[in-house]
Amino acid sequence: MTEPSSKTDTVKIRIRDLRKSFGPKVVLDGVNVDIVPAESLVVIGGSGTGKSVLLKHIIGLLRPDSGTVVVDGTAVETLGNREITEFRRKFGMAFQEGALFDSMTIWQNVAFPLQRLTKMSRGEIDDRVEECLGMVRLEGVSEKLPSQLSGGMRRRVGFARAVAHQPEILLFDEPTTGLDPITTALIDEVILDLSDRLKTTTITITHDMESAFRIGDRIAMLNRGKIIAEAPPEEFKRLDDPRVQQFIHGRAEGPLSEETPARGPSDSRDDLGEKTGESGIPSRS
Amino acid sequence: MPGPLAGFFEQMGRFIQMMGRVFAWTPRPPYDWRELFRQMVKVGVNSTPVVLLTAMFTGMVLALQTFSVLSRFNAESFVGSLVALSMVRELSSVLSGLIVAGRAGSAMGAELGTMRVTEQIDALEVMATDPVHYLVVPRVWATTIMLPLLVALGNGVGIFGGYLVSVVLMGANPVSYVNRTFQFMQLNDLLSGLVKAAVFGFLLAVIGCQQGFYTTGGAEGVGRSTTAAVVVASIAILISDFFLTRLLF
Ligand SMILES: Nc1ncnc2c1ncn2[C@@H]1O[C@H](COP(=O)(O)OP(=O)(O)OP(=O)(O)O)[C@@H](O)[C@H]1O
Ligand SMILES: [Mg+2]
Repeated sequence: MTEPSSKTDTVKIRIRDLRKSFGPKVVLDGVNVDIVPAESLVVIGGSGTGKSVLLKHIIGLLRPDSGTVVVDGTAVETLGNREITEFRRKFGMAFQEGALFDSMTIWQNVAFPLQRLTKMSRGEIDDRVEECLGMVRLEGVSEKLPSQLSGGMRRRVGFARAVAHQPEILLFDEPTTGLDPITTALIDEVILDLSDRLKTTTITITHDMESAFRIGDRIAMLNRGKIIAEAPPEEFKRLDDPRVQQFIHGRAEGPLSEETPARGPSDSRDDLGEKTGESGIPSRS
Repeated sequence: MPGPLAGFFEQMGRFIQMMGRVFAWTPRPPYDWRELFRQMVKVGVNSTPVVLLTAMFTGMVLALQTFSVLSRFNAESFVGSLVALSMVRELSSVLSGLIVAGRAGSAMGAELGTMRVTEQIDALEVMATDPVHYLVVPRVWATTIMLPLLVALGNGVGIFGGYLVSVVLMGANPVSYVNRTFQFMQLNDLLSGLVKAAVFGFLLAVIGCQQGFYTTGGAEGVGRSTTAAVVVASIAILISDFFLTRLLF
């Protein structure tokens, strides 16, 4: 909408010291990250480390225990019920499991954000829905119900629904998991195009390292509730943090495997203290 | 705090909150008339056959029972009045309420519960749509409107059931039976039954939606919500029936 004018405006999303626990389980333990406009940030990390939880904080679906998420100068956690509804207009989100409305057809699913968030006419909506479904190579399914599609097709519909109203910020939760390599490359192209051409700020969670290096302007790795490394792709590949190397190369043996078994919160705190020294993140006392 | 008590207060708090949100969102546009209508049809289609069947047999049983009791006082001629008043004031609305809680209320718990655990409710919120406005408001008002209509139908069918038993089985005089049926009935009797029905409809829909809305724990959680939707709504109907009857005479 407005051009970035001052220095503070050049950060689109600022996450500071974000903490979240579910009961005794600490999921986010002080996450810090900044995202600039039109940047494509890729978040990687082991299963269950809280990547989806992090995304949900950015869009205000979850409230932090402490810390803050500031988007365009607005602290998300301070917004009331009605303000947050307005605030979310600038977002699109593709959920990990699709989250398609199962009582609606594919057409109705993709048209939903257009009907709700834009003033498009029926004809314009029709065109845009076609365009978005075409973008993810789904033609001739618009009258089907989500339950009639394959898992990968549903994921692509979720993607199409997220991008349909051309939001400023897009959050993709594993958009390509379970897709064949060609379709994955195709979705990657779309994400690249969104940030290059439309200057969309995107945050993508993925387990596919090839994808991550292709689409990310920057890659951040989440581990044990913290961002343990963040760097542009080329640099990220060369980081000598053994956890990063283990993850990139998908090795079963390494520091990540030693700490994966679910342990009590007190155990994990000890563990974190030992490991954080080398990546420059201060250990908590 | 002891578990069950804490649970009760949590449920109560959520119920009041949900009710508050329904009232707050109802006057706000956009008004989704189509969805309201769709939900009304759904409640009607789901529940009409069972409601009518129940009303029919309740009317018939009432006639049998009151006939056998009243004949001890030589007062068989009042069977018609008793059947009609019992149906209209009490039985039709309570029984229909319980049935609709079992059919439509449980469906709401299951549907919203599934939407919750599959993140469809989150998806609504993300697309700047308040899920209470979009999902709960039409369901609540559709049920509040439909239940009195179902009860009105049930009244008619129940009274007809009583008539059949009395006239065909017990040999009552058809003309005087019909006369008796309406002799003591006042508009207030009819209205109090319908007002009760509206309240029951409102309660069972808010409870059904609330149970679904706060579902956690996957498919098992959806099962729990569905059961809770019926159990809690049934209890709420029975308890509020007492107080409403006291209030409306
Ligand atoms: N609503 C919730 N209630 C309780 N615990 C939760 C909730 N949401 C997430 N968690 C827990 O938080 C942790 C992180 O979950 P999250 O879904 O963010 O993982 P993830 O990094 O996205 O993993 P994956 O790569 O498998 O999707 C998990 O241990 C999960 O059990
Ligand atoms: Mg996830």
